Amino acid sequence: MTTTKMATNIPGWGADARPADRPAFPRLSEPRPAVGVHWKQPDQQRVTTEIFHSIERPGVTAVFGTACPPRGISGMIRRRAYKYSESRMRHWLMLLAADRVDVVEGLLGDLGRGRIPNLFKEMGLAAEYKRKTLRLVGGSMLLGAGALMVGWMVRRRA
Amino acid sequence: MLAMTYRGPFRVRVEEKDEPRIEHPNDVILRVTRSAICGSDLHLYHGMVPDTRVGQTFGHEFTGVVEEVGPSVQNLRRGDNVLVPFNISCGTCFFCQREMFGNCHETNPYATAVGAIFGYSHMAGGYDGGQAQYVRVPFADVGPLKIPPGVSEEDAVMCTDAYPTGYQAAEMAEISTGDTVCIFGAGPVGLFAAKSAWLMGAGRVIVIDHVQYRLDFARTWANAETYNFRELDDVVLHLKRITDGLGPDACIDAVGAEAAGSAMQSLTGRMLMVQAGSATALAWAINSVRKAGVVSIVGVYGPTFNAVPIGNALNKGLTLRMNQASVKRHLPRLIEHIQAGRIKPSDIITHRVPITDIPEAYHMFSSKLDNCIKTIVMPHPQ
Repeated sequence: MTTTKMATNIPGWGADARPADRPAFPRLSEPRPAVGVHWKQPDQQRVTTEIFHSIERPGVTAVFGTACPPRGISGMIRRRAYKYSESRMRHWLMLLAADRVDVVEGLLGDLGRGRIPNLFKEMGLAAEYKRKTLRLVGGSMLLGAGALMVGWMVRRRA
Repeated sequence: MLAMTYRGPFRVRVEEKDEPRIEHPNDVILRVTRSAICGSDLHLYHGMVPDTRVGQTFGHEFTGVVEEVGPSVQNLRRGDNVLVPFNISCGTCFFCQREMFGNCHETNPYATAVGAIFGYSHMAGGYDGGQAQYVRVPFADVGPLKIPPGVSEEDAVMCTDAYPTGYQAAEMAEISTGDTVCIFGAGPVGLFAAKSAWLMGAGRVIVIDHVQYRLDFARTWANAETYNFRELDDVVLHLKRITDGLGPDACIDAVGAEAAGSAMQSLTGRMLMVQAGSATALAWAINSVRKAGVVSIVGVYGPTFNAVPIGNALNKGLTLRMNQASVKRHLPRLIEHIQAGRIKPSDIITHRVPITDIPEAYHMFSSKLDNCIKTIVMPHPQ
């Protein structure tokens, strides 16, 4: 396609062809406070729950999220993980391990409150039922066949 | 209030949660009017992002109406209808002063390498997100933007992440008039990157994916030349053959950690998680782009390491550019494009669901059911 054709056929073709029209040009702008800022230093958010911070910085940031404070064994693992810098593999692996423990703690917490999690609902499998019935039926049949096969093998060994 | 909460890999629930409160003088509380599910939410949903805690509410693409205002807020009032960039930025740190709002150093205590993002694990600040009826928005005088005239609520929600990320991907590709640009990934970000490449004067825009309905959409909506890599024996070889043996001038990775297409990458990156996601698209981008070309990366990867052909990047003299989108920096220009009718971002929305259907919406998006490209959550009954 020629440039003339592109300009005709493609909405907005070339509107930002000049680098100067692109918002991130030049790449690094002159340092200045962002539009909307009316402070020299931001106020510090009060720490009201346990917040970890990377040891690559001196303390917590001016603001931070307070969702889901650490709890239980997963919290202990996270507490340990934040003693290592972000460049250490163990930092991230411990956090991933804590995430898996947290899932078990979440399930136990549900059961402790007398709530049995509706896994079918939580996994959104109704979407399969509504939109791809065959795949769900196929998957269920495969699972059923697998379970029957395992049962048959166990009985045979017994 | 009702909010989506994470329960574990592939499991989310909608439940009653305490409403957020002002925790810092420059906070506002928003009544969420639209919230989108982003492709990168799927990395959380699949349990791939470290420090994703059970009970967290996801959602970093949302619009809303200001419900409560902190004592130091000057630029917003109760009742203002705003769109909120996915980055939380202080406006005054070293990086914000240079308009790198995706790299703010004063909003995420948990990781220095990562800026703060709403509802995106504690690795990105530990904030609850907008897939809820209400959300806390810190530094309300910096991030949120009143939705301008001529921009619908649904166009606005696309301006919080997907559209600026796609635009920045094209911008980082340093496109010159007539360039051939290849985009890996026909999801929302890839589609916006394709549209933006044309805005920057590209001569040819190629999109690679394996989800046929998305490729069909890329061809009709973004005027792209599309290829399904499942139908190609060797993607890199194909790209070389259709570009006079040199390769595209620029390649964009708009896929990130969950790329399909290489058994070894999928095994080590997605199943065993011994690397920070499957880097198939990035490897293809590096290997197919022409010598001295540009590879622009907006696909998200984890914090550890990935197997990528960095030696080829060196030998080919490539420029690699990447970042989280600096949304606030791009918004004025992107809104001009919407108002001028050059793009209608809400065209990519395929599904609108009530908040109670979020588990099904995640499953549908994750499994690419029902020709799903972009899902919008309606937190309050319409």
